[in-house]
Amino acid sequence: MNLFVSVEKRLGNFSLAAEFASESGSLGLFGPSGSGKSTLFNLLAGTTRPDCGTIRLGDRLLFSSSTRTCLPPQQRRIGLVFQQGMLFPHLSVRENLLFGFQRLPGRERAIDPDRVIGVLGLEELLARKAPELSGGERQRVALGRALLCNPKLLLLDEPLSALDDCLKGQIVPFLQAVRREFGTPYLLISHSLQELRLLTDEVLLIERGVLTGRSHPEEIARQSLGSSLGYLNLVEARDLRRQDGLWSFAWGEQTLTLVDDTPEAGGAYSLSSKDILLCREHPLAISARNLLHCRVVRLFRYQGQVGVELDCGGGRNLISQVVEQAVRELELQVGQKVYALFKANAFKRVY
Amino acid sequence: MILLTPTDWQALMLSARVAGLATLLALPFGFLVACLLSYGRFRGKALLEGVVNLPLVLPPVVVGYLLLLALGDAGLGPLLDRLGVRLLFTWYAAVLAALVVGFPLLVRSIRIGLEAIDPQLLLVSSSLGAGRFDTLCNVVLPLSRRSLLAGASLMFARSLGEFGATIMVAGNIPGLTQTIPLAIYDYGSAPGGERLALGLCLASIALSLLVLLFSEKLARGRREVNS
Repeated sequence: MNLFVSVEKRLGNFSLAAEFASESGSLGLFGPSGSGKSTLFNLLAGTTRPDCGTIRLGDRLLFSSSTRTCLPPQQRRIGLVFQQGMLFPHLSVRENLLFGFQRLPGRERAIDPDRVIGVLGLEELLARKAPELSGGERQRVALGRALLCNPKLLLLDEPLSALDDCLKGQIVPFLQAVRREFGTPYLLISHSLQELRLLTDEVLLIERGVLTGRSHPEEIARQSLGSSLGYLNLVEARDLRRQDGLWSFAWGEQTLTLVDDTPEAGGAYSLSSKDILLCREHPLAISARNLLHCRVVRLFRYQGQVGVELDCGGGRNLISQVVEQAVRELELQVGQKVYALFKANAFKRVY
Repeated sequence: MILLTPTDWQALMLSARVAGLATLLALPFGFLVACLLSYGRFRGKALLEGVVNLPLVLPPVVVGYLLLLALGDAGLGPLLDRLGVRLLFTWYAAVLAALVVGFPLLVRSIRIGLEAIDPQLLLVSSSLGAGRFDTLCNVVLPLSRRSLLAGASLMFARSLGEFGATIMVAGNIPGLTQTIPLAIYDYGSAPGGERLALGLCLASIALSLLVLLFSEKLARGRREVNS
């Protein structure tokens, strides 16, 4: 994606001024509600006209106040996915999926419907009407429908926020598959850091109508050290083995153990930085089921908390958080070898 | 025993024909005007809205008189004559009167349906490459079928009862332009006509009920399909 945006828009008391250029294939837009995310969405989608500025997508000029260009939504080639799916209720899933595809000229039909149906797992749903679908199914159909138009950009406006946690987790792998399989760039609007970390490479921060910065989602996550949840480490668990009522799996060079009562364990789990204890010496007998050898690679401070980034071997890192006093007592410094301890039930399933 | 005379039957059939034709003719225009008023952004929208709704608040007799003027010698009369079209005091004039008087009801009903359609659906449709007309035909129209139906039955029922404007432009000629309300008026104002008037009243009630049941059935059928 090659997106350039420099726009200003005033709506009553609220005004938005945004300027950014991005080549990221998965860009996030992060901000609290009322920060201007939706306004920016509307400006990009073409429903609201900027007061002035330029919007360019690839080599196409979508809006320019100087040349008086303003392409209508149907010419922008931007696929939209909303919070609620917005499927056409009078059409079947198949008809919904093909709505845009059928309106594309033959040479633009680059994405094969059967492949999309396969990747998004929609085979069983094709004959159903939109109102008969669950929230998660609706979002998958909406995603497929937008994708089949072969858009230059997918605009995803809080696509997961209307779903409960379990369903959210089920959609994330589909979105990742879409990025992997079709390479369609997207801009994900969200107020969930977790979603942005899982789905984007770069995040724009917006507050009160102004872009306040851009960074890697990981960087923003590290600032949550001071929050009640702490920093959430994301751990991918594959090939789990059942052992004494627990699940074990290889993680880099070490083995982790977790508790998961759902029938199908595996996927992504979060582990809060607050749940990881650090030890200088090997503790002899402990109740915690996870004990890792690590090396401190970085110490960073945020709101009175110290984040300790640990290299656990095999390219796997974890972040633990401690207080300043602990840093002094354990004489923590970069390069120091420590043991990280955490309980098997500290893992929370993300998807 | 209450019996309908042959003239009553004629009035009954004429009423149904007038109301049916007026409703059919009004439907496409009603849909377009409702779309214009709901989605359009143009100068003079308030004026259009006012003009469309005017017959709703004006006494039907005034509407009829204005139509009479518009179609008379001072208005379109000479042009219609040249074209060989005779409107005034034929049943077509009754259709015209019913159309003008019932139109705002139809538009109002359709607008309620249009405004219930989520604007995001329309945005999705255009983002998928559908132009305005395409969206109108393939998204808006199918999603407003129920309100179209509701509007049509409302307008049909209103047209059955049209009196004031009809008597002004179509007159009250038994067998030719005499609809049910006009016939009832005739009976009511003639001595000894009470029983005949009552017969027509009952017929009118039956006809209206039939329309109501029919539209309810259609609406319910659609609801079952949707749910």
